[in-house]
Amino acid sequence: MEKHADHQHDKHVTNYGIYILVWLALMILTGLTVTVAGINFGQLTVTTAIVIASVKSYLVLTIFMHLRAEQKAFRAFIGIALFFIIISFILLFADYSFYVR
Amino acid sequence: MSNPQEQAVIHVHRDDIGTRMGMWLFLFTELLLFGGLFFLYSVYRFTHQQDFHIAAKELNTLIGTFNTAILLTSSLTMALSIAAIQKRNIKLSMFFQFLTILLALGFMINKYFEWMHHISMGLYPGGDELLSKGPGQILFYGLYYTMTGLHGLHVVIGAIVIGTMTRFTAKGVITPDNYVKLEAAGLYWHLVDIIWIFLFPLFYLIT
Amino acid sequence: MASDASALDQNGHPSYLVNTGKHQGLKAWILSTDHKRIGILYLIALLSFFAVGVTFGFLIRLELLTPGRTIVDAQTYNEFFTLHGVIMIFLFVIPGLPAVFGNFFLPIMIGAKDVAFPRLNLLSWYLYVTGGVLVLLSILLPGGPADTGWTFYIPYSVRTGTNVIFTMFAAFMLGFSSILTGLNFITTIHRLRAPGMGWFKMPLFTWSLYATAWIQVLATPIIGITLLLVIVERVFGVGLFDPALGGDPILFQHLFWIYSHPAVYIMIVPAMGVISEIIPVFAHRTIFGYKFIAFSSIGIALFGSLVWAHHMFAVGMSDTGQFVFSLLTFLVAIPSAIKVFNWTATLYKGSIELEPPMLYALAFIFLFSIGGLTGVIQGALSVDIQITDTSFIVGHFHYVMFGGTGFGIFAALHYWLPKMFGRMYNKKTAKVAFWIIFVGFNTLYFPMFIMGWLGMPRRYYDYLPQFQPYHVISTVGSWILITGMIIMFSNLIKGLRNGPVVTQKNIWGGETLEWTIETPPTHENFDEIPIITGGPYEYKENDEPVLEQEEK
Repeated sequence: MEKHADHQHDKHVTNYGIYILVWLALMILTGLTVTVAGINFGQLTVTTAIVIASVKSYLVLTIFMHLRAEQKAFRAFIGIALFFIIISFILLFADYSFYVR
Repeated sequence: MSNPQEQAVIHVHRDDIGTRMGMWLFLFTELLLFGGLFFLYSVYRFTHQQDFHIAAKELNTLIGTFNTAILLTSSLTMALSIAAIQKRNIKLSMFFQFLTILLALGFMINKYFEWMHHISMGLYPGGDELLSKGPGQILFYGLYYTMTGLHGLHVVIGAIVIGTMTRFTAKGVITPDNYVKLEAAGLYWHLVDIIWIFLFPLFYLIT
Repeated sequence: MASDASALDQNGHPSYLVNTGKHQGLKAWILSTDHKRIGILYLIALLSFFAVGVTFGFLIRLELLTPGRTIVDAQTYNEFFTLHGVIMIFLFVIPGLPAVFGNFFLPIMIGAKDVAFPRLNLLSWYLYVTGGVLVLLSILLPGGPADTGWTFYIPYSVRTGTNVIFTMFAAFMLGFSSILTGLNFITTIHRLRAPGMGWFKMPLFTWSLYATAWIQVLATPIIGITLLLVIVERVFGVGLFDPALGGDPILFQHLFWIYSHPAVYIMIVPAMGVISEIIPVFAHRTIFGYKFIAFSSIGIALFGSLVWAHHMFAVGMSDTGQFVFSLLTFLVAIPSAIKVFNWTATLYKGSIELEPPMLYALAFIFLFSIGGLTGVIQGALSVDIQITDTSFIVGHFHYVMFGGTGFGIFAALHYWLPKMFGRMYNKKTAKVAFWIIFVGFNTLYFPMFIMGWLGMPRRYYDYLPQFQPYHVISTVGSWILITGMIIMFSNLIKGLRNGPVVTQKNIWGGETLEWTIETPPTHENFDEIPIITGGPYEYKENDEPVLEQEEK
């Protein structure tokens, strides 16, 4: 019985270079986050930190975790999971942002 | 009636996409496990902003940044180990896997020293020093130990899983033609990294 | 059980009940990764735990026969309703349909030989049984079983000296079991459908399992972490929820219900899937609005994740929060209602056969409607302030969880057991049992609406004398219900052991793939994977069902 090899990976072998570039970007973004934290933007600091963290995560997801190369279904899945987290968060704050206990 | 055998029979010996799909779904559960903790963090930070700022000052930003760099690099080495095996370079793949484990160890050692430092200062759950601070600070440290503790547990588990993959690679269970296990381990490891990417600013950079 | 059903099929293949691997006896079952055997393992474990849960329910009702002490003290009563809730919810209603019938029939219905991860499937069962055993152990160990109610609210759950950690850890394991099942089913449905089995050719039970699986995967980890945190708080005094350490007990409730509300959709959606299977078969009509029903399962899963705080209207949330959750609660009723309308439309002008599965299915529609409508009533803020934490709520959730999912499980048993074991039960006895159960059920639970409305609180050990008549009626109802269930289960078990052997492939005239394979199925389900050309439920009015499938 022949083994049906995974065709995905016959087509797509990422080169070492891309990974190293992404790693460099991640390091720079980390440095950026730390620098920004030193400057007090108030509320904006948190938002900036989260935004930068999201960009870093996006890079890890798409390049390191090969999301780019996977079937579309996987990206839909992440959408579903993120949607659930975000909406729960928003609804949770529907309670907390309007009432101080 | 054409021969149904050729058309209908499916050799379901291996489904790499299915395996990866299963791992992604498992990652979602991990994401939501930590998600609950992030919910807690958000609410308490919102209701105790001052206390959180004060408490965070005790954390060493340098070690935190260093640990972030370690983990990001370990993600790189993990990705490189997969690229290596794709390029049929088994020894190189094992080298990168080994590096990943080493970096994980480095992360845990740093964590250990951090925790010991705070514990020695009495800043631990139930510790007198901590109890003397306001409720916001108690909550901050409760979250700090719980979240970094749970994350640390996952680092250890991840390192063990990768170690197992290294053994599999050495024994030829993982090969350039069959490396989905390594990919799955990689996915798990990258998630551990992503969680830290969010933990780091929320605990170390809010001063 | 095995010997009669070892009849070889026309190709000389033995049924899955015959041991063909290297193991014999018990080992051949508890080490098997065959989804059908795992389904049976779940069935046996599930019904065992159900019996324990029913016993606690019986004892609760016995205690409530009179105000004040009837048979036990208040502490024991608290432990009774905690155990009743924990067992029924985590060990019966949540796993119920997916673990037993999902495991057994999902692969068959999509034309596959097994699930995507068979060994993970077996692990799920081990986790399930371990969780169940831990719950039972909590009763015996010093400290006594938890007395917090199955909701484990803070601060009592960090203060009480009973075996809360044990019970929570058991629930954690059960959650993990549920997660793995969900993960398995999602992957199976995406990856293992037979050629030609497009998404819109899948049976509706499969759609319901898919929607449920997503809830299992996404929502369960939240309760996982919440329980873990309470354990950590009890053991290390970490202070995350405990108000004495600055924590917010309401936050616990939020996190608890973020899972536990979607959990009720894990309970009901597969049951609705079962009803969608049974109605077309016994009405001899194609299901009305297949796509609407399929999408409504997804809609329920989606909206159901957004309404959790309607369990918390009286605890002190912000007004804005309350309005938002009340509105969303009204919206979630819509996809459920769509299903009820579609089932009813399927019945219209149908040639209805009142076989036992159909009786339970029709009862489901009636009982679930009552339960659902009372849910909408509770969603109205002003009304809920009055009736929250009263017997009204208890009546509501028993109508949906028991009248809904419970009857769905009974329907599934009567529909699918003959296929699974190749034996028929006594249909007449089954019908008699049904009517006793139906009468008992309503006698037990309907008075709860009335007395709840009049002010009878839930979980109360003692009560004012004016409520006693309702309690008496309710308790008598519980006796009738239990009698009916004993008759029902005895009938089914007797049928499995001594009932007439069934070898017919299509026992009821169904249109889905399980009715095209051997009774009982062979190990591999299909001799060869079918190629699907038609959709399910393609009945011609009152004609013999026509299945388009390659025949040997």
